[in-house]
Amino acid sequence: MKKIWVALIPLAVFIILVALLFVNLSTHNEVLPSPLIGKPIPAFEHQTLYSNQTITHEDFKGEPWLLNVFGSWCPSCQYEHPLVTALANSGRIKVIGLNWKDEASDADQWLKRWGNPYHEILVDYEGDTAINLGVYGAPETFLIDATGTIVYKISGVLTQKNISQELLPLIDKISL
Amino acid sequence: MKLSLKFQLVCIYSVLLIVTPTVALAIDVYDFETQEQEALYQQLAKELRCLVCQNQNLADSDAGLAKDLKNQVAEFVIAGQEAETIKQYMVDRYGDFVTYDPPMNASTLFLWFSPLLVFLIGGVMLFFNIRKKHHE
Repeated sequence: MKKIWVALIPLAVFIILVALLFVNLSTHNEVLPSPLIGKPIPAFEHQTLYSNQTITHEDFKGEPWLLNVFGSWCPSCQYEHPLVTALANSGRIKVIGLNWKDEASDADQWLKRWGNPYHEILVDYEGDTAINLGVYGAPETFLIDATGTIVYKISGVLTQKNISQELLPLIDKISL
Repeated sequence: MKLSLKFQLVCIYSVLLIVTPTVALAIDVYDFETQEQEALYQQLAKELRCLVCQNQNLADSDAGLAKDLKNQVAEFVIAGQEAETIKQYMVDRYGDFVTYDPPMNASTLFLWFSPLLVFLIGGVMLFFNIRKKHHE
């Protein structure tokens, strides 16, 4: 009798393995945790797309802000655009755009077509700041507090759900 | 039916094409000063993961971000940076996931020691089996 149980062990291991793989199918995602959460935003200095200024990370100190990485070449950015616009229009947070590896003329056309919700747009043509921020795909959105510390990051599109459940509570918390 | 020699050859080559591992060499041209620098660059491009297409290394990947990261690695190598410094630069920004050689820490302990665990379980089972056989 005992022999049968021993013989069933490999089958049991196999079933457990299949179960684990199956669970992972539905829960797996390619979102990586950012090591930059809780760290100061990396130093940058960028030309703005429209206002012809040079802006650095220091210029945003004093109030919380949202950095939205986008490009005219990125279909998902267009998808989340109405939500970015709504968030910016709500006045709850200052939304800054980081135009990532984009031609200025393309970005301009894109913004004219879909609207420009951004308080200011930084031009990261070479993608240096994107690398320093650990960006691996647009869109990505960073929440930064008044002291310049990265509080939260959303990789991928903003949705009603992650805005109301993740971003807004944090915005309220750091805006106090 | 006898298959023609040509057809047989096509089959053989097709199979070879499928089973031959692709050689991962980044062929981007950078002005390395020494062969060591070039070797270091190739090594890092293999060890660092492309974040966009997550099961490829930088050397294999043609994604825009992979190109940027390769440029960055080449720049560091030419500037004389050590391999560890360059890897740390990537890990600081992209997390442990960026390297194919995960560091040992709390979340990777199981990964590192599970082979040893399996080995130990096997050893214990073997030990008891042999002892049982001995007693019989």
